[in-house]
Amino acid sequence: MNKILVFLEGKDSTLKRTSYETISAARDLAAKLNIPYTGVIINGSEEQIKSAGDYGLADVINARHALLEKYSSTAAAAVVHQAAKAENADILLFSSNAKGYELAPRVAAKSEAGYIADCVGLDIQDGSIIAKKPVYAGKAQIRVKANTNVRVFSLRPNVFTATKTENPATVNIKEFEPVLTGADAKVAVTSLIKNEGKLDVLEADIVVSGGRGIKGPENYNLIESLASLLGGAVGASRAVVDAGWRPQSEQVGQTGKTVSPTMYIACGISGAVQHLAGMSTSKTIVAINKDKDAPIFKVCDYGIVGDLFQILPMLTDKIGKV
Amino acid sequence: MIILVCISRVPDTATRVIVGQEGKTIDTQGVKYVMNPYDEFGLEEGLRLKEKNGGMVTAITVGPEASTDVLRTALAMGADKAVLIKSEGTHDSWFVGKNIAKYTKEINPDLILLGRQSVDYDSFQMPSLLGELLGMPSISVVSKLEITDGKVKAERDIEGGKEIVETTLPCLISCQKGINEPRYPKLPDIMKAKSKPIDMREPVMTEPMITVLDMSLPLKSRVGKILGDTEADVDELVRLLHEEAKII
Ligand SMILES: Cc1cc2nc3c(=O)[nH]c(=O)nc-3n(C[C@H](O)[C@H](O)[C@H](O)COP(=O)(O)OP(=O)(O)OC[C@H]3O[C@@H](n4cnc5c(N)ncnc54)[C@H](O)[C@@H]3O)c2cc1C
Ligand SMILES: Nc1ncnc2c1ncn2[C@@H]1O[C@H](COP(=O)(O)O)[C@@H](O)[C@H]1O
Repeated sequence: MNKILVFLEGKDSTLKRTSYETISAARDLAAKLNIPYTGVIINGSEEQIKSAGDYGLADVINARHALLEKYSSTAAAAVVHQAAKAENADILLFSSNAKGYELAPRVAAKSEAGYIADCVGLDIQDGSIIAKKPVYAGKAQIRVKANTNVRVFSLRPNVFTATKTENPATVNIKEFEPVLTGADAKVAVTSLIKNEGKLDVLEADIVVSGGRGIKGPENYNLIESLASLLGGAVGASRAVVDAGWRPQSEQVGQTGKTVSPTMYIACGISGAVQHLAGMSTSKTIVAINKDKDAPIFKVCDYGIVGDLFQILPMLTDKIGKV
Repeated sequence: MIILVCISRVPDTATRVIVGQEGKTIDTQGVKYVMNPYDEFGLEEGLRLKEKNGGMVTAITVGPEASTDVLRTALAMGADKAVLIKSEGTHDSWFVGKNIAKYTKEINPDLILLGRQSVDYDSFQMPSLLGELLGMPSISVVSKLEITDGKVKAERDIEGGKEIVETTLPCLISCQKGINEPRYPKLPDIMKAKSKPIDMREPVMTEPMITVLDMSLPLKSRVGKILGDTEADVDELVRLLHEEAKII
């Protein structure tokens, strides 16, 4: 194995947190394999790119081209593929987020590379990279490796920790003009609709979710108060979304979003397998449910068997005093 | 409009997963198989587009002979044609992609519809992989789709919002909850589907790109501290979150 290439995404004046996580995972792999690692970004600003130095990344390829003004997944795939070739990189890392899981398989197909999506662990064993990945909606996990010369992985957000290094690097930016034609950019993002003012469950460190046990939308303030106190996001089970109490964007689970926050608090959620699919890799899981036999208690770290209408106000009050 | 819908056959999502004897796949004993829930959205979208624009919907799956069951469901829902590329045993996405790509070239569809992910291996790659093999644009995780005069406008879920993505036919779209409400097949249509032909094909073989080393059940390892509902219990929870988990 020669070199690791990490796909980076900018956000305002920094990179996305998921990019720092991927850089940290690359640094770790690179040290174990004793090979270098490089980043690749599209239209990155100097400020965004320089911020990667704190995480040890010393080289970043910054791609610019008239056809990259609007984001196009097909053009981006061509860029990453060309950058990987130019750098002779044979291990490619992406975040398993909206951009990553669309982009990574295209790049993998271009290189005829084995691709493993949504990894929750990367280890080295006898010189090969062994990925851990949830399957069957998180009910099982496989250890899997790619048999090809080029190997592509996408990493589940929030599972790999973003850690700064003691010796920050000064980032060397290499400007890169990829070879693109109109055919490479047949698809493009033309506008964005942001969920204004609300923290998304995918980007939150702490998620507080409500289930049917919350009884109605008017009681969601109990969930919102705890979430806002913790600086977290509000989530919901499908039962709650289907009832129209909360928007689809908050649904956690197999047909909703897959989250992996530092702490997930499930309130009045039974813990159906389809819900667990979306949150079972959270670092700490707290459950509040009045039914002691609810399946959620089998997967939680801390559980309270009790009435959420009584527990939540008390818990919010006490956490506020810590 | 010529539409191809890719359908994967998966264990019912409520299935209790048990690891099989060789420790690499699940024990399939007693497992009930269904159409991948996201592929129901893909098929529904295809049927609606056909109802509006005319044309033809073909459902395709790569899988064991038993997969005729999900194809019959597709026919009962309204697909015009069903194709099974036979493959017993496990196969990776590259194999599925290559085989679907080969068939695609026979019918030259305007649109290929898929699900966001197949809820067995959750490989999250077929739309882009197939798109690349066919040299077509693709849009993944689409919760709203508009197609007019060959122009495609899709709303796609991203972190913190949605993005509008535009392209032109022919293209691939992977469907997410919210795009539509899949219909239930009606009893007479289920009966009729039983005698409809299924086009059975032999696969082209490919080298495996990935190797599964083993499978395990991770959830079992989490052992929780379960507390009661008194004030002292809530105090204890706060203490644990503060001192043990160090989150607050
Ligand atoms: C194909 C498919 C996909 C699915 N995808 C998803 C998905 O993405 N996300 C998802 O969440 N579900 C999904 N589901 C649905 C899932 O199977 C469950 O039906 C759903 O998760 C149940 O939601 P719930 O836990 O809120 O409700 P319930 O199962 O009704 O549980 C409510 C819980 O609240 C507790 N409770 C009631 N009152 C109180 C109280 N006062 N205090 C404390 N506890 C109380 C009850 O004991 C109970 O455990 C899917 C299902 C299918 C078939
Ligand atoms: N064996 C298969 N046969 C037909 N279509 C498939 C198969 N596997 C996956 N697909 C399609 O690809 C989508 C994404 O699956 P995946 O990339 O495997 O998670 C599914 O929702 C299906 O539409």
